[in-house]
Amino acid sequence: MAEPILKLSGVKADIDQYHILHGVDLVVPKGELTVLLGRNGAGKSTTLRTIMGLTTLTGGTVTYQGQDISRWPTPKIARAGIAFVPESMGIFGLLTVRENLVLAAVSGPMDEARLQWIFDLFPPLKKFWDKPAGTLSGGQKQMLAIARAVIEPRDLLLVDEPTKGLAPAIINDLADAFDQLKEQQVSILLVEQNFNFSRRLGQTVAVMNDGAVVHAGTMAELAENEELQQDLLGLGLGAHQ
Amino acid sequence: MLSRILSEDFPRSKTLTALLLVIVVSLALGPFLFDGIRAFTTLGMICVFIMVVAAYDLMLGYTHIVSFAHTMFFGIGAYGVAMAVDGMGNSFGAVLVGIIGALAVSFVLSLLLGLLSLRVKAIFFALVTLAVAFAFLSLVTQLYNITGGEDGMRVRVPRELGPAFRPFENSLPGIDVPTLLKGLLTQPWNIGQVWQEATFEVRFNGRNVMYYVLVAMATGVFLFLLRLVNSPFGRVLQAIRENEFRAEALGYRTVVYRTAVVILSALVATLAGAGFALINRYVNPENTLNFELMVFILLMCVIGGMGTLYGAIVGSTLFILAQNYLQDLLGWVGQYTAGIPLVENLLGEDHWLLWFGVLFVLSVYFFPAGVVGQLRIWALQRRNRKSPPPSGPEAEPVAQT
Repeated sequence: MAEPILKLSGVKADIDQYHILHGVDLVVPKGELTVLLGRNGAGKSTTLRTIMGLTTLTGGTVTYQGQDISRWPTPKIARAGIAFVPESMGIFGLLTVRENLVLAAVSGPMDEARLQWIFDLFPPLKKFWDKPAGTLSGGQKQMLAIARAVIEPRDLLLVDEPTKGLAPAIINDLADAFDQLKEQQVSILLVEQNFNFSRRLGQTVAVMNDGAVVHAGTMAELAENEELQQDLLGLGLGAHQ
Repeated sequence: MLSRILSEDFPRSKTLTALLLVIVVSLALGPFLFDGIRAFTTLGMICVFIMVVAAYDLMLGYTHIVSFAHTMFFGIGAYGVAMAVDGMGNSFGAVLVGIIGALAVSFVLSLLLGLLSLRVKAIFFALVTLAVAFAFLSLVTQLYNITGGEDGMRVRVPRELGPAFRPFENSLPGIDVPTLLKGLLTQPWNIGQVWQEATFEVRFNGRNVMYYVLVAMATGVFLFLLRLVNSPFGRVLQAIRENEFRAEALGYRTVVYRTAVVILSALVATLAGAGFALINRYVNPENTLNFELMVFILLMCVIGGMGTLYGAIVGSTLFILAQNYLQDLLGWVGQYTAGIPLVENLLGEDHWLLWFGVLFVLSVYFFPAGVVGQLRIWALQRRNRKSPPPSGPEAEPVAQT
């Protein structure tokens, strides 16, 4: 396993009076795509939000590239090279596609070559360049959300359920995009319910249940072991595929 | 050229462009187009409130910060000038000291309020600003030996800005547009006489000079704010308005932006307050710090259209015109309805506030996005009807597998 870019040890987090994370231990290897699986309510999204500093951490540490970022404010974490694509996508709907991307390029004007690469990945973004992002379809919004995360080179992407509610063709486009990002040695932590999508992309996998990681290993291992899948995810007989 | 001046943020509606042109020309040539002291005061107030409302829109419309302390900063500007002139004599030096002092006080107070917004959010922030504004109001009322208390203060403006100063020897020609229009409507066959009745002499004095200083200030402030909201800074503000967490997750320290907006908006309000003191030449708690005034500013912003800046021009003009002339209109209607029971009563001049309320409800009903917002929506719908977009984002065919 490659050296870790991100390491969570014993991370705890509360939302209001509820304890959501009860000590999450998770390692994201550098340059690999790690999939975080688990049932609804297992704490996957909260884990991502806690890494980003959007949910206050109440215990444990988050180490990113050797630095303890547990108590850092969100903007500082973002500028350290972590991009977050939330489940809600968080598109600025009244701003145009262009303005959304300009905003995401925090360190200066957008790089033309990189923009061209994004247009090749997601052609609709070019087509609706000057349209309000709120008028895009669900899949196009997801493309914009991911484009926003990669408009500048980032070391780590946190992506929350990108395939939710999307048509199969668009899911394939997204998978291609993630493949290209993997080739660029970007580390990715992907929360996903779609096991087929995860199996295609993931190198490492962690499974969460009830606010803790209950299994961690390689994707190949989990993909082959149906018993383990059944045990951890309640998958079987092709459900969720 | 025009596109640079307006920072490429055009009115984007023909009706709105026409409306704005009428307002801008009326303000620019005001003293030559409208006769009488009342019209003059109204014009001056419109200029002052364009600044106040535009600054408020920067907070409310572009960043979604609700503050009730805007009048406090307006009052600081007005009292700053009044007190400086009172203590140092009516020189430009004193006015400058007053303005700079007021800006400094506003800066410190708004910085504190802005930082407070780090901890206190949304409605709670609004309530805190309300409390601060009320505290300030009672402070000004209590400290009557320096502020004049409820009685307020007369502002002795420098001679060059007062009625005694005459920059031109001769009087200039003016044409009273309301009289002209009324004449053309009632006796169009008598153009010569109508024209004669409408012309008047403008004795250009220091008050007119002050008026043009205000016009210049309002123009400068408006164009500056227009540039600001269309800059990268303004884009971040709009991102904060839509989703503050997302803006943070992209790497923007939103508290810095929010504080900057609160400060900037306070400074503009202070400047407008100073202008108000100099044109009105009288300040008291009621015309500068009152809560009613705060509500009026909020209404002007909403009627004009939040988050458009042009709404500040339209909103303050419509509102101040209604405030000043609705009573006249009712009086005029009243002469035809005299004697009809109930109606006579309802249309009485004393009930202008009732009709004002009705007008507001109607404007919110028919212009939910404000006048400017709604005109833009209609213009966009018309354009789309004429030439439907080849394929709207929603019409994008999705290949199925």
